[in-house]
Amino acid sequence: MSNLRWKVITVLVVFVVFATVGVYPILAARFRLPAPAWLKAKELKLGLDLQGGVHLVLQVQTDDALKFESEREMERLREALQRQSITVANIKLIDPARFAVEGVPAGKDAEFRNVAAEGGANFDRSSGTNGTYTFTMKLPAQATLREEAVTQGRETIERRVNELGVAEPTIAQQGANNDQILVQLPGETDVDHAKEIIRSTGLLELKLVEQGPASTKEDLAPGGVVPSGMDLVTGAGDTGGGTSHYLVRKVPAVSGVDLKNARPVPDENNRPAVSFTLSPEAGRRFGKFTSENIGRRLAIVLDGRVQSAPNIDGRITTDGRIYGSFTQQEAQDLALILRSGALLTRMDYLEEQTIGPSLGADAIRSGIIASVVGLLSVVAFMLVYYKISGVNAVVALLFNLVILLGLMAYVGAVMTLPGIAGFVLTMGIGVDSNVLIFERIKEELEAQRGVRASINAGFGRVFWTLFDTHIAALISVAFLFQFGSGPIKGFAVTLFFGLMSNLFTSIFVSKTLFDVALVRRHQVATLSI
Amino acid sequence: MHIFKNTDYNFLRWRWHAIVLSWAVILAGAALFMTKGIPLGIEFAGGTAVVVRFDQPTTTEKVRTALDKSMAGGEVIIQPYGDRALNQYLIRVPTVGAESGNSLSSEAARVENALKQGGLGNFTRQAAQIVGPAVGRELRDKALLATVFSLAGLLAYIAFRFQFSFAVGAVVATIHDLLVTLAFLVIFRYDMSLNVIAGILTITGFSTNDTIVIFDRIRENLRSMRRDSLGHVINVSINQTLGRTVITSGTAFLTSLALFFFGGEVLHGFAFTMVVGIATGTYSSVFIAAAIVSFWRGAAPTRAAAHAPATLAAAPQQPTRKSKPQRKARAS
Repeated sequence: MSNLRWKVITVLVVFVVFATVGVYPILAARFRLPAPAWLKAKELKLGLDLQGGVHLVLQVQTDDALKFESEREMERLREALQRQSITVANIKLIDPARFAVEGVPAGKDAEFRNVAAEGGANFDRSSGTNGTYTFTMKLPAQATLREEAVTQGRETIERRVNELGVAEPTIAQQGANNDQILVQLPGETDVDHAKEIIRSTGLLELKLVEQGPASTKEDLAPGGVVPSGMDLVTGAGDTGGGTSHYLVRKVPAVSGVDLKNARPVPDENNRPAVSFTLSPEAGRRFGKFTSENIGRRLAIVLDGRVQSAPNIDGRITTDGRIYGSFTQQEAQDLALILRSGALLTRMDYLEEQTIGPSLGADAIRSGIIASVVGLLSVVAFMLVYYKISGVNAVVALLFNLVILLGLMAYVGAVMTLPGIAGFVLTMGIGVDSNVLIFERIKEELEAQRGVRASINAGFGRVFWTLFDTHIAALISVAFLFQFGSGPIKGFAVTLFFGLMSNLFTSIFVSKTLFDVALVRRHQVATLSI
Repeated sequence: MHIFKNTDYNFLRWRWHAIVLSWAVILAGAALFMTKGIPLGIEFAGGTAVVVRFDQPTTTEKVRTALDKSMAGGEVIIQPYGDRALNQYLIRVPTVGAESGNSLSSEAARVENALKQGGLGNFTRQAAQIVGPAVGRELRDKALLATVFSLAGLLAYIAFRFQFSFAVGAVVATIHDLLVTLAFLVIFRYDMSLNVIAGILTITGFSTNDTIVIFDRIRENLRSMRRDSLGHVINVSINQTLGRTVITSGTAFLTSLALFFFGGEVLHGFAFTMVVGIATGTYSSVFIAAAIVSFWRGAAPTRAAAHAPATLAAAPQQPTRKSKPQRKARAS
């Protein structure tokens, strides 16, 4: 008796707890009932397919990171060789992680080795014929660079998405090499805008102009030969319209990483522009640089294109401004991208999906109809087939659903359309356990074992069968979870929790209900089953 | 109420009919697969899909004519999407704007422009999905691996809980269910989408349910019917559990039907997979799984053959009455 009392209390407590976490927040949101904030936060979240929004998958071109590193090492080597006046025929990139130095003079071989050994701990050197040396980046260094590139990309995208003001975005790494970035923006509808902002490189460089502007490239680099340490960049013409070319120093005076802030402001003529603030350290550097170069031009290069090339009128420290023929929106976007930092590697879109809010609403509607029809048909069947005992199964089923909702809300799972399918299936598969138990009880009753003994035997014998069927199902659900992404994961999670809670309700709750029903009747002759 | 009360069907005698029937379905599916292939969902094939909602009623043919004007040729798939009254159409083309990059979505814009010029009245874009070619390959491998691992997991678990011959029976029955379900998907021309794959993986787990229930009864009966042939024990066990096999599948079947008819466009393929999978799962539990066990172990009397289960091996010579309480003690 007291054992039974504890069972009843357990069942009730479980019900109240899960109903509070799982069901009440949904009702509260629907009918505007009062709910504390922590409970409101537990409201079951809807996936993109139900809520509408944008789903993007980007591939990080991690080769870029290797290439930058190789180029940096090539540049270092070139300068060091120049200082030691060792002339080589050529230094060229073979692939992102490999470069070659050709034509090292035979007499300077030992000196070259010394120079090469000074830096470049990340590279393995191998010598070939005719003074050719190949430098290959070490594999651990490659792996680290690739990993850093993806992490940097993800963090940059996170900052940008946060600046966009999307509520509850998902940004995660995925893919076989973990080098893809998944971005989900619930409720966002302007895909093109979001895509542009996420993927823009946003690399700002302020470089001293050595020559230019000129109207053709030939004026600055006769025969296409760019002087070493220089870059040839293109941009808008000084007088508006047309393109101009500039010969600028390769190494920027300051760049995007030195930025502290950027914001859109109107310029003197009330046209949109972007003003930026440098960090104090960069400001000191920039102050020294500008005071040394008064009267010369400074190119503001964004993503490899000159935005403008104003004259340096005086010493500038931390504050600057980028002019261009921006629209208000462009100025805002540029400020956002500059604030969130540059992407060091290129990214390409692999996949993109947008779901309009009305399509999501349709999906919710059909999901609810299917759930209700599924529930009603199962309830009708159980009541017709098992009569009063069917009520027991129906109560256990409702318990199952409440616990399932509660578990999902508790772990913060996201409800997707396949998740709703999992919910519906849980009803159909959940009552299986009751059917197994009831059929066994019937069998025991037919063997004239008495009601109470039959019920006990029914539950006792079927336990291991249920255990086995549930484990078998959980095995495949686990692999389903492993396989799936987004909506499918939601489905697997729903099934998983559904199976777990079903084991509890069909055995413990259902048995307790029988015990409660029989407790006051000492001689039970019949059972409605 | 009680269906299939005290039945006495000889299921093992029908095993050859069942095997012929199953092979017929599977081969029909395979033949169709060889000749016409199976349509791949956009997640696997890559491409561009756009769902548009027209202000005025239109037809698939009209949409096609409109698209043909400016998007000549190409395999354009046009399907009504969702409720007819919504005037919604899904338009799918096998290409994407570029291999990668921002222009991935340019193909979607091209479809929209073609529709605008087609003179079908105003429409709004409800959804778009653009999948690059690299995505599908990775998914295909993952789906295959998940299925194989899942089967291996089942084999190991059932071998651990029952015996190896039972595990083989259950896994063969499950593979049978997968093949039959695939055959039906091919015959009814469903797209191999992510959701359908999810359905197939679900079937892998749930089609063993009925099988396990029957095996459980066989294991129990093997203890009390030690002098009978394995074939007889199997038949008795299937008959004893026939009612619950049909009912448990029935309830799952009912809910899958609810999904099929009311779950909406996106879940259609998934629900179809579940409906077929549950039906064939029940059929294979009754006709295939136990038949495999009897093939595997031959028709020898149970006593010689059934030594393997751990619970049995512990007390091989004990009379039946004594082994029962022992089982109960474990179970409670």
